[in-house]
Amino acid sequence: MAGSKEIRTKIKSVENTRKITKAMEMVAASKMRKAQDRMRAARPYAEKIRNVAAHLSYTQPDYKHPFLIKRDVVKNVGLIVVSSDKGLCGGLNTNMLRLSVNQMKTWETEGKGIKVSAFGSKGLSFMTRVGADVQSNTTGLGDVPHLETLIGSIKVMLDAFESGEVDQLFICYTKFINTMKQEPVMEQLLPLSGEKMGSPEGNWGYIYEPEAETVIDELMTRYIESLIYSAVAENMASEQSSRMVAMKSASDNAKTVIGDLKLVYNKARQAAITKEISEIVGGAAAISN
Amino acid sequence: MANTVRVDVVSAEEEIFSGQAEFIAAPASAGEVGVYPHHAPMITTIKPGALRIKLPDTAEETLIFISGGMLEVQPGLVTVLADTAIRGHDLDEAKALAAKAAAEEAMKNKASDMDYAKAQAELAEAVAQIQAIQKLRKTN
Repeated sequence: MAGSKEIRTKIKSVENTRKITKAMEMVAASKMRKAQDRMRAARPYAEKIRNVAAHLSYTQPDYKHPFLIKRDVVKNVGLIVVSSDKGLCGGLNTNMLRLSVNQMKTWETEGKGIKVSAFGSKGLSFMTRVGADVQSNTTGLGDVPHLETLIGSIKVMLDAFESGEVDQLFICYTKFINTMKQEPVMEQLLPLSGEKMGSPEGNWGYIYEPEAETVIDELMTRYIESLIYSAVAENMASEQSSRMVAMKSASDNAKTVIGDLKLVYNKARQAAITKEISEIVGGAAAISN
Repeated sequence: MANTVRVDVVSAEEEIFSGQAEFIAAPASAGEVGVYPHHAPMITTIKPGALRIKLPDTAEETLIFISGGMLEVQPGLVTVLADTAIRGHDLDEAKALAAKAAAEEAMKNKASDMDYAKAQAELAEAVAQIQAIQKLRKTN
C-alpha cells in the first residue's frame, strides 16, 4: 500500500487545522456579538454629546472653538488609522490600509505633509515599515475598547491640530455594515463641519458654569473623543465578524481538502486489495495446474 | 403624578441610567448643584464624585459614582455625560507623552521617507492573495 500511511497522516493534520479554525470561528462569533453590543452602547453618548455640541455652537455664535474654524490653507494633514491588533481576519486591515495609502498618496502629490497616529498594532507595523511619520500609537487594545487607553494618542493629534501642526484631521477605520459586509471609510474629524453636528432641536440659552469657554472646550474634546471611540468600537465589531467569515471559509476549505484526501486514500486502499486478490488467485492457479 | 424630570446618565462605553427622577444632585466643578424639575437650562462640568438621584416613590436616593464629566439641563431633560476615565490635565498629558514615546520607539528603524511604491505593492500583493484564495474556493 504505497503512500497510504502518508495520506492518513495528511488527513489527520488537515483535521487538526480544521479543529483550530472551527474553534476560532466560534470564538469570533461570540466576540462579535459582544462587540456589536458595545458598538451600540456607545451610541447614546455620541448622540447626546452631539446634540449638546450642536446646541452650544448654535447659541454661542460669538465664541468659535478652534475645532470649528476651517483653515484656508491646508499644509499638513493628520490621519488616525484604526486597525486590529491581531491578524487572521481576512482583508480587513489590508483594505483599510489600501484606502489610507491611496489617500495619503493624493495628499502627497498635493504637497501636504502627513502625520499619522496608529491604533492597533497591524496598522502601526505597516505604517512604520513603509516609513510614514507616526506621531503616536496605541496598541494592545484588547477585546473591549476603553476610552482611557485611547486618550493619550487622541490628545497628541488634538494638540497638533490646536498648535497648527496639522490643519485637518481624518480617521480611517472599517465600518460595520452587517456580519457579511464591512467597508473601509475615511472621515474628516477636524475641523468639525456644522452639518455633521446637525441643527439643534429647540432654542434656549444656557447658564454656564464656570464660564462658556471652559465648558465648550471640555465638551468639544469629549465630542471628538467619542467619535474616535465609536470608530474604534465599530472597527472591533468589523474585525470579529471579518475573522468569523475568514475562519468559516478556512474550515470549509479544510473540509473539502479532507474529502479529496479521503477519496485518494480509499482508491489507494482498494487498489492494494485488488492487487492482493489477483496475486492470490494467480498463485492458486499456478499451484493447481 | 409626581413632579419629575427625565434623567439620562450616559458614558462613552455604556448607558448607565435612564428614567424619571424627582431630584438630582451632582458635584459640579464650582460646588454641588441640585436640580429639581423645571430648572433653568444649564451646562456645567462635574468633578469625580457621586450623583444622587431621587426616584419617585422611593425614600432612598440612587447613588452613581462617576469620574467627572458634564451636566446638561434642558427643559424637561437632564443629561449627565459621564467620563469613563479619571481626567485631569496632567494625567492626559502623561498619557499623550506615553503614546508619543511608544511611537518614537516604533519609529526607530523606519525608512527615511514614506515609500508609497513599496506600500502599494505590498498591499496589492495581499489583496491578490485573498482574491486568489477566493477564486480557488469557487472552483472547488
